[in-house]
Amino acid sequence: MKKISLLALLLLSYVGVFAQQGQTVEMADSFRSSGKIYVVIAVIVIIFVGLSVYLFAIDRRLKKIEKEK
Amino acid sequence: MKFIYQTWWKVLTVLVILYTLIAGFLFEVPTLPILHETIRNVYFHVPMWMAMFTVFTISVIYSIKYLNTGKEEYDLIVVECVNTGMFFYVLGLITGMMWAKYTWGEFWSNDPKQNSAAVAFLLYCAYAVLRNSIDEEQKRAKISAIYNIFAFPVMVVLIMVLPRMTDSLHPGNGGNPAFGKLDMDNSMRVVLYPAFIAWSALAVWIASLRYRIRLIEYKKNEIN
Repeated sequence: MKKISLLALLLLSYVGVFAQQGQTVEMADSFRSSGKIYVVIAVIVIIFVGLSVYLFAIDRRLKKIEKEK
Repeated sequence: MKFIYQTWWKVLTVLVILYTLIAGFLFEVPTLPILHETIRNVYFHVPMWMAMFTVFTISVIYSIKYLNTGKEEYDLIVVECVNTGMFFYVLGLITGMMWAKYTWGEFWSNDPKQNSAAVAFLLYCAYAVLRNSIDEEQKRAKISAIYNIFAFPVMVVLIMVLPRMTDSLHPGNGGNPAFGKLDMDNSMRVVLYPAFIAWSALAVWIASLRYRIRLIEYKKNEIN
């Protein structure tokens, strides 16, 4: 009986090992709720819009040169 | 080929990328240990590789077309596609290293994925070296076209196949599950797939610009 109860106790002890499960993964939630992530998005969008305008400008200049020929 | 002179798809590309930039930061992502918010890198790091694959694939198609027809223009397309692909290759490698630093612990941990990506990069560097070492135009175009056709499948094997057969830290390899069913949910696909298409289109756009410049140079040299 002692052996069986010891075995049951040891088998059940795995429950304690799952202590990690409750751990929360850190995400930038507060950063987002404070609203400042929008600043980063705005900066990235500005950069990309600038780059795309630049690409369009190159495209237009090329078209002009191609037409001259 | 006419479409490279049109504007509508370029506008669309820019708009879709803008969408992925905004949505990529704001939309919900799965909360996972180690990755945390860096999971959003999926929206920016992986599309670099997709863009690279797209232009490299186009370069192989035009290499075959060149060998079939001997049209010089096709050779120019091949070169500029490879050049643009190399650019996105470097972006993919560097963003990957950056991401690795904060999730794997080191910029370069000699992971099979990283190592074979570096080897495949050298493969394409060899393309540039081979091209520049031949003076005669037709010979250069022919030899580099053949090299390009063989380099592409080797690159695919190095990047996509070999790392998957061993243990690698990179998702989708070895005993390491991919960003598949387990850790990527459908909310991510809403951003990821448009990003794949849009960044590929952007790479095609840049390659087409470079091709048009090279075409003008080529015609100028022809007259002289």
